[in-house]
Amino acid sequence: MQNITFKQTFYGIIALILAIVFPLIIANTAAQHVVILFFMFGMMGVAWNIMGGYAGMFSFGQVAFFGIGAYTSSFLLIAYQVNPWIGLIIGGLVAALVAAAIGYPCSDLRGHYFAIASIAFGEIVRIHFNNWKLIGAAEGLSLPMLDEGFKNFMFHSSKLPYYYIMLAFLIISLIVCYLISTSKMGYYFRAIKEGHDVAKVLGINVVWYRLIAIMVSAFLTAMAGTFYAQYVLYIDPESVMLLPISIQIVLISMLGGAGSVMGPVIGALILIPISEVTRMWLGYKGTGIDMIIYGFLITLISVYQPKGVWGLFSNIGKRAK
Amino acid sequence: MGEQLLQQIVNGLLIGFMYALIAIGLTLIWGVMNIVNFAHGDFLMVGMFTSFWLYTLYGVDPLFSIPVCTALLFVMGLLIYRFVVSKVMSGPILAQLVVTFGVSIFIANLAVYLWTPDFRLIAKPLLSGTWDIGGIQLSIPKTVASIGSVIISLFVFLFLKKAKTGKAILATEMDREAALLMGINTERINSLSFGMGAALVGIAGAFLSTYYYIYPQVGGSFGLIAFVVVALGGFGSIEGAFIAGILVGLVQTLGGFFFDPAYKYAIVFMIYLITVWIRPQGLLGW
Repeated sequence: MQNITFKQTFYGIIALILAIVFPLIIANTAAQHVVILFFMFGMMGVAWNIMGGYAGMFSFGQVAFFGIGAYTSSFLLIAYQVNPWIGLIIGGLVAALVAAAIGYPCSDLRGHYFAIASIAFGEIVRIHFNNWKLIGAAEGLSLPMLDEGFKNFMFHSSKLPYYYIMLAFLIISLIVCYLISTSKMGYYFRAIKEGHDVAKVLGINVVWYRLIAIMVSAFLTAMAGTFYAQYVLYIDPESVMLLPISIQIVLISMLGGAGSVMGPVIGALILIPISEVTRMWLGYKGTGIDMIIYGFLITLISVYQPKGVWGLFSNIGKRAK
Repeated sequence: MGEQLLQQIVNGLLIGFMYALIAIGLTLIWGVMNIVNFAHGDFLMVGMFTSFWLYTLYGVDPLFSIPVCTALLFVMGLLIYRFVVSKVMSGPILAQLVVTFGVSIFIANLAVYLWTPDFRLIAKPLLSGTWDIGGIQLSIPKTVASIGSVIISLFVFLFLKKAKTGKAILATEMDREAALLMGINTERINSLSFGMGAALVGIAGAFLSTYYYIYPQVGGSFGLIAFVVVALGGFGSIEGAFIAGILVGLVQTLGGFFFDPAYKYAIVFMIYLITVWIRPQGLLGW
């Protein structure tokens, strides 16, 4: 649809350089942590965007894929000493399989109906994991401490390696999203979003392309899940399976601009620091003020900037030309 | 076993009537303006807390605070429609989905801020205890709430079918454009339906407060169940929501009884997925 212009390349390179040098200048680990979360949610936003922003399936159950990714690699590591990098791939495949299994029967659902089905799916997965003895049920899984190093996907002395791995993941997901959006498949996705039945009449295999969108999205989201498990070294259903995480992912994409490659990254860049900082400053007392602000923010964005800020940027760019 | 099973069926019916009452308000909002109100459970929570504070501060029994809950929630619904929901009605569908999540998080955490996340209980409501009918325990507050649910559902049903405003609501639900052309002020119908939907769940909150824990996050699971009920019954269908509420109550208790109580909600969500798969329009939807 749109080829990358010289200007976009220029800004992209600047953003990349900034992202690479940031942790070298700012040694504060709390700040680095926020940026890592920004990359991680940015990646999940990009993944959501593939199925939500392009193919029009508004999933509020992404956390299930995130959790499946985190649990698959962690369980394989604990029970069978499977290397986390292999666990990462297997986790992605498992998530994609589950996504196909749930996506197929839901292939005729649209709009609200799909959204609620995805919530129901997320809740079923959460309840199941909460009671599944094999994977620790509600107590969760603690990952074993392995030797530090890239091979084990585990670093104890510094956050820097995690930082760069997550940045690489984010870039990978952006490339995937860009390739899809500029390919024929991207056009099919948009056609399905604009008119499900029309797309069908035009001969697009709607069921098939919707499945692809869901599976790619699930795979990428599960990658973020494995990363999270390796980063925090402890997971339980409360931390990787809760509905608010799904909502956060949707919100990031909407705020940034659903249906644009970079939108979710912008959304995460705005939302994650705000929610992390308000949590650090106000949330520790447990008074709920941070969440009141968050809820208010969601409402405000939906009312005043429902198409996302990315549209704002690109409109300004167009007018300037 | 037989008696236990009968007891479970009774329990399922009692919770089912409550689900029905909660879902009727939701289905009204959904049917009329095609908005999924994710704050519905939180409206329920506000109703419960209203009843709790009237009891704690002024000694008013929950049964008598029903009118206050109804009025308060009606006004709250009107305001939220006027200042939030109406603004996204013409916006992208994603914004319509997300906006009530914002309202939900806001209301629930405002309650945490004002009243702490503690669990509360109304100590001595007028209705308490159980009837023992041939070995079957029948909780009195739950039974009264069920009767209330039937009366109110019937009232809403008749209102929509007989009253002029009710007919206007139904007309808007069926075809907004046509209703507008017939001289129906659809904007007014929207806010009225939103207010009514909130008021109905406020009544449910007052009833629920006579026997259930009252805490800021109480709306979460009730809200999600209400979606399942609405979808199962058919979006916008009052009769559908009523029947589906009872079904979900039965499925939940019997599922817990035969399989594992920890999975009772999972079974309900499963039923939802199967329903939308086989019959996307719900049991009584069109």
